[in-house]
Amino acid sequence: MTITHASQTTQFGSEHAADAALSIHDVTVAYHRRPVLWDLDLDIPRGVLASIIGPNGAGKSTMIKACLDLIPRISGNVRILGEPYRQIRGKVGYVPQRETVDWEFPVSALDVTCMGLYRKIGWFRSIRRPHREKAREALDRVGLADFAHRQISQLSGGQQQRVFLARALVQEADIYFMDEPFASVDVATEQAILELLRTMRQEGRTVVVVHHDLQTAQNYFDWVVLLNTRLVASGPMKETFTSENLRRTYGGRLTLLEEAGRALSQAQAGLPHEE
Amino acid sequence: MIGYVPPWFDGYTEWLVAIAVLVAMTCAIPGSFLLVRRESMMGDAISHAVLPGIAIGFLISGSRNREWMFLGAAISGIATAILAQSLRVIGRVERGAALGIVFTTLFALGLVLIVQSADHVDLDPSCVLYGQIELAPLDTITLAGYEIPRALPILGVVFLAVLLATLFLWKELLITSFDSELAQSQGIPPQVIHQILMVLVAVTCVAAFESVGSILVVALLVAPAASARLLTDRLVTLVPLSAFLGGLAAMIGTLAALTLPGHFQTEIEDVNIAGSIAIVCGLMVVLAAIGSPRRGLIVRYLNRIRLQLRIAVEDLIGALYRIEIEKRSPETPIKTQLLQMGALTSPGLRSNFWLGLAQWHAHRRGLLTPSEPPSLTPAGLQLGAQLVRTHRLWESYLADHTALPTNHLHDTAMDLEHFTAPALSKALEEIAPTDPIDPHGRAIPAPTQPPLPDSESTPPDR
Repeated sequence: MTITHASQTTQFGSEHAADAALSIHDVTVAYHRRPVLWDLDLDIPRGVLASIIGPNGAGKSTMIKACLDLIPRISGNVRILGEPYRQIRGKVGYVPQRETVDWEFPVSALDVTCMGLYRKIGWFRSIRRPHREKAREALDRVGLADFAHRQISQLSGGQQQRVFLARALVQEADIYFMDEPFASVDVATEQAILELLRTMRQEGRTVVVVHHDLQTAQNYFDWVVLLNTRLVASGPMKETFTSENLRRTYGGRLTLLEEAGRALSQAQAGLPHEE
Repeated sequence: MIGYVPPWFDGYTEWLVAIAVLVAMTCAIPGSFLLVRRESMMGDAISHAVLPGIAIGFLISGSRNREWMFLGAAISGIATAILAQSLRVIGRVERGAALGIVFTTLFALGLVLIVQSADHVDLDPSCVLYGQIELAPLDTITLAGYEIPRALPILGVVFLAVLLATLFLWKELLITSFDSELAQSQGIPPQVIHQILMVLVAVTCVAAFESVGSILVVALLVAPAASARLLTDRLVTLVPLSAFLGGLAAMIGTLAALTLPGHFQTEIEDVNIAGSIAIVCGLMVVLAAIGSPRRGLIVRYLNRIRLQLRIAVEDLIGALYRIEIEKRSPETPIKTQLLQMGALTSPGLRSNFWLGLAQWHAHRRGLLTPSEPPSLTPAGLQLGAQLVRTHRLWESYLADHTALPTNHLHDTAMDLEHFTAPALSKALEEIAPTDPIDPHGRAIPAPTQPPLPDSESTPPDR
C-alpha cells in the first residue's frame, strides 16, 4: 500500500506540540504481517526522563527501533526534536539491549566506547588521540576508568552495561533512546545509571528508556508511556501511572496484574498528595 | 654478493613460496573479519559459490581472462550472501542450512559449466578443487624487464586492495561487526559494509583459487584467524597477526611438501603443496589452542596447579594452627600429626609429594620455620588464625542458614574458606555470631589485626 499522506505534515503542527522531543504520529509496525505496534500517537516533551512500560511483546523495543528507522514502519511519521530522524542523527544517541551484541568480540572497553564517536569522526578517517581521550573521560564518568583496556568479556554484566552508557555519553546527543539499561545489573550499577540519567536531565537532555520494573518506575522517571501494542496512556508519571491504566496495560495477565497492583499500592502509600 | 643462499633459491622454489605466502596473507585478512562476525561458514560458501561466476566469466571471454573471472566471482559472491539471506527470510530456513543449500547448488552449477566447457577451453576440474600452485611459477610474464610468475602481480594487487579496504573501512567494519544496530542508527549501513566484505572474500577466493583451489582456500580463510584469536583479544592485533601466521604456515607448508618426501625412503613421491599448507594450518590451530596465553591448555593446567598449591598451603597452615592451639607433641612427624587430627582432608595434602611441595612453598612465603618438624612463624600464625576463623565463621553461618547436618559442616567450610575474597569475608564478619563458639563447640579465633593483605587469594576464575 502506497498512500501518501500529503495532509499529515500540516496535521503535525496542529495536533502535536511543536517543541516536543519526540512526536510519534499514527505509527504502525508489523513483523510478518502481525502488527506489533498499532496506530501509535504520542508526544514526549523535552528534558524529561521518560519510561516505556508494558508487558513482554508489547512493542516497547519496537517503538524505539521504529523511531530510529531500524525497522520499517507500515505507516506513520516520527519527528525527533522536530525533525525526521535522518536529518538529526548526530543529536540522537542509542543504547541497544545488552544481549544484542557478542561480548566475546575481541575489543576493549575503550574500543567500544570510541564507537560512539564514529559518526563524528566520519567515513574513512581513523580514531585519534583526542577521540580516545574523550572516550576515556566517559569511561571515567561511569566509573570504569581502570577497565579501559579490559577485553569486554572480562567485564561483569553491570560493567558491560556501563560501557554501553559511556559509549552513549561520548555521542553528546540531545535525546537518548535506551533499551532496558537496567536489565539484570547489580544494585551499584543500577544506582550509577540512575545518577547518570539524572545528570543528563539536568543538562537538558531527554532520555527515553524501555523499563521493565514497575516497582522502580515511579521513582526513576517523570514521564511514562504505557504500551500494549496500542498506546494505553502517555503523560506525566503522577497522573498517568494509575491502577486503572496499569490494569489496562497488563489486562488479563493475572500474575503481572498482581505485581502491578502491589507496585501501585506501594507507590501510592509513598505519595503525599493522594486523592 | 650475498654470502648465504638458502638451498631453495633455485629460480622455482622461492617463487612458489612467495605465491603461497601472498595467497595466505590475502586470505587471512577478510578471514579474520569472518571469524569475529561468526561467519566463517560464509567464507566456505563463497569460496565454492564463486565457481559458476568464474566459469561464466570464462565462457564469455573464451580464455582465462582475469577481469571477467574476477567480475563473475564478485557477482556470485554477493549473490550467495543475498540468496542465502532471502532463503532464510522467505523459506524460514535456519541460517547455516540456507547457506548450505545456496553454495552447494551454485558449486554444482559451476562444476557442470566447467565440465561442459572443458572441451573448448583449458580448465581442469581437479585443478578447480585442489589448485595447481606447483605450476604457478612456470607461467611467467615479463614485467619491467624481470621475468616473474604471472600470478604474483595479480595476487599483489588483490592483497593491496584487501589491505587498503580494511584500513580505510576499519571503523565501519568494526562497528557493523560488533553492533550493527548502533552502526545503522549512526548512519553506517551494515548491509552495505557486509556486501563489501563479501566482495573482498569473493575476490580473495578467486585470487587464491588457481593456487590452492576452492576447497583448501577455506583453511586459509579460517585457520590463521582462529589461531590469532586464541593469541590476542584485540581486533587491531588479530588482523595483522592472522596475516603473519597465515604467511608462516604457507611458507612452512610449501617447504615441507618440497623437502619432506626426500627424507623418507618411501613411495611418497609427490606431495600436494596446497594440502601440505592446509595441514600446517590445522597444526597451527592446535598449537595455538595449547599455548594460548589466556585460554590455552598449558595456562589452564598451570592455573589449576597454582590453585591446588595455594589450597594445600592454606590447609597445611590451618592444620598446624589447630595443632598449636591443641598443643600436640612437636616431636611427632608432621604428617602423622595431621593424620591423627583428621586434617588431611585436603586432596592436595594426601600425597607426600604435595605435602612436601606445600611445606616448601609455605617456607618460601615465610609462613613456616625451616626447623624439623617445622612450626608456624608469626605470619603463619596470623594466616592460620585467619583461616580457622573464616572456617568456623562459615560453619556457624552454614549451621544457622542452611539445613546441612552438623557432620557435613566441616567439609563444606573446608572448601569455602579458600574462596573467601575480602569482600565476602567482610560480609561474613558482619553477621558473625556474638559469642565466639562454632557449631562444634570450638572457639572462633579473634579477627587478626590488622587483616592480612590478601595477596594470593582467589584470582578471578577466567
